[in-house]
Amino acid sequence: MTLTEKNKKYLLTGNEACAEAAIQAGCRFYYGYPITPQNEILTHMTIRMPQVGGTSIQVESELAAINMVYGSAAAGARAMTSSSSPGISLKQEGISYLAGSELPCVIVNIQRGGPGLGDISPSQADYFQAVKGGGHGDYHTIVLAPSSVQEMADLVFDAFDLADCYRNPVMILADAQLGQMMEPVVFNKKYEPVLSKKDWALTGADGRERNIVKSFYSVKGELEEFNAKLQKKYRQIKAEEVRYEETNTEDADIVLVAYGTSARICKEFLNKNQSLNVKVGLIRPITLWPFPSDVIQKISERAQAILTVEMSAGQMVEDVRLSVSGRCPVHFYGRTGGGIPTPKEILKKISEIVSVKEKVTCTT
Amino acid sequence: MEATYKAPETLIDIPTHYCPGCGHGIVHRLIAEIIDEMDIRGKTIGLAPVGCAVLAYNYLDIDMCEAAHGRTPSVATGIKRVHPDKVVFSYQGDGDLAAIGMAEIIHTANRGENITVIYVNNAVYGMTNGQMAPTTLINQKTLTTPHGRNEENDGYPLPVCELLSVIEGSRFIARTSMTSPKNIIKTKQLLEKGFKTQIQEKGFSLIEILSPCPVYWRMSSVESLKFIDEEMAVTFPLGIFKDWDSQN
Repeated sequence: MTLTEKNKKYLLTGNEACAEAAIQAGCRFYYGYPITPQNEILTHMTIRMPQVGGTSIQVESELAAINMVYGSAAAGARAMTSSSSPGISLKQEGISYLAGSELPCVIVNIQRGGPGLGDISPSQADYFQAVKGGGHGDYHTIVLAPSSVQEMADLVFDAFDLADCYRNPVMILADAQLGQMMEPVVFNKKYEPVLSKKDWALTGADGRERNIVKSFYSVKGELEEFNAKLQKKYRQIKAEEVRYEETNTEDADIVLVAYGTSARICKEFLNKNQSLNVKVGLIRPITLWPFPSDVIQKISERAQAILTVEMSAGQMVEDVRLSVSGRCPVHFYGRTGGGIPTPKEILKKISEIVSVKEKVTCTT
Repeated sequence: MEATYKAPETLIDIPTHYCPGCGHGIVHRLIAEIIDEMDIRGKTIGLAPVGCAVLAYNYLDIDMCEAAHGRTPSVATGIKRVHPDKVVFSYQGDGDLAAIGMAEIIHTANRGENITVIYVNNAVYGMTNGQMAPTTLINQKTLTTPHGRNEENDGYPLPVCELLSVIEGSRFIARTSMTSPKNIIKTKQLLEKGFKTQIQEKGFSLIEILSPCPVYWRMSSVESLKFIDEEMAVTFPLGIFKDWDSQN
């Protein structure tokens, strides 16, 4: 199955779109371990990588996968691994090392319910893990949150460019619904990878000074200096890479904040409830780290209230509250363990926040 | 008198961080000699483990990479798959390879990954002050086996070469020691064979080297060498366990 024809619509699952986009973005090294609901990524890579002269290995563990990514990234290649929540927990040690060694790579998390083995249905309960570091030490991964199958493809191209640009791991944070559902995808983006010169990569020290890829600093003061350099890089990412989408926020009384699948549901709510007496808008963070704090702060200065909707017990809402910093009330509605918020439930929650005069029936 | 030996160019001339009587310095020198003699300095990439040899990259003037504890063979795999024309070796201790990294080494061998693993076995966790290793001998005293390793509580010394030699993907598996000039020369020959196994694209090779740790064995250097010959080499017999050459 080749999916490289421009302007042609392909009906794909989010997982397939994500895998194909990685290949078209120049990723030639993929390492993965089977776990539902992301298996289509591994399957697609197994078929496609040999066609483009790439490598796809089904490995013995998530640890092996993330550390092979580490090796291929250190060797200067575009490399990726994918998994779902429990598997991403196992990868956290490796992600910390990748951040500490400043290695670019892409990690895909098709989230499922937790904690523990949880279930295999959609969830957004790995937000904290994704945006606050996840492993040990002071670090961040750049986190991109698609909310359609088309974005499952488009954001992967951006992920590889951002990773190379900042020498930093980038995570695609999606969920079982986005991974499993099918939508039309077009791979017509005129893509020219932003190829940074990787003069730090391990290629054999032929005719040059040797390169060392490491995250260990044994001399007092060196690690603090390195951490200061990392933090400076993170400040630059925060200043330059924040992405979000606004819908009807200009004069909104209530502003919803939601990402990924939850944001799709919020959009459906907006479409179905245009005749309410309260004006409702939506901010959809596309980068979860860096978080779009500034726009949320600005909106909190004029909105009556903010309602964060998540498929978790309340994780992103903490970053929303930090951004709002008491300027307006911040409410939360969430479902967990495979529960998915419905537009009707969102309407009910909004009715609790303000008096909704005109009753509009929600069908879902 | 004419100088008949000079330090290898690949070996960086800096003060060592290793303890007196430690074997790592000799292994580093042998690797540097082989890289010089085979003229592969510009195409060799080395992997340093977590453990005493974490700073191996301070001594070898080649491209080098650190790996998380035990994950060295996986990182080596990731590098080798990108650069199949380069010589990739992983340098690991007994804790790194035979405890926390057992899954990685077994599966890397099983894939027949075309890399060379240099496995330095000193039967103890040196970097963390001398705890029991998977290869600590029965009755051997360590920080965490103060009355000697007791198989009922601690299990048995783990024979890595024997385990790996039954794996189809392994091509060259050998165990050696460095207790005499003769053994050091033998060790160098086996390391060379390991590198040649990779360069000739035969597949996975591992050379285990029994190495002294006088400080955490609480022995003198001379006693340590005697301990290797008389006790370690009984539990871990020296020899070639698998050789692609002899299978032809």
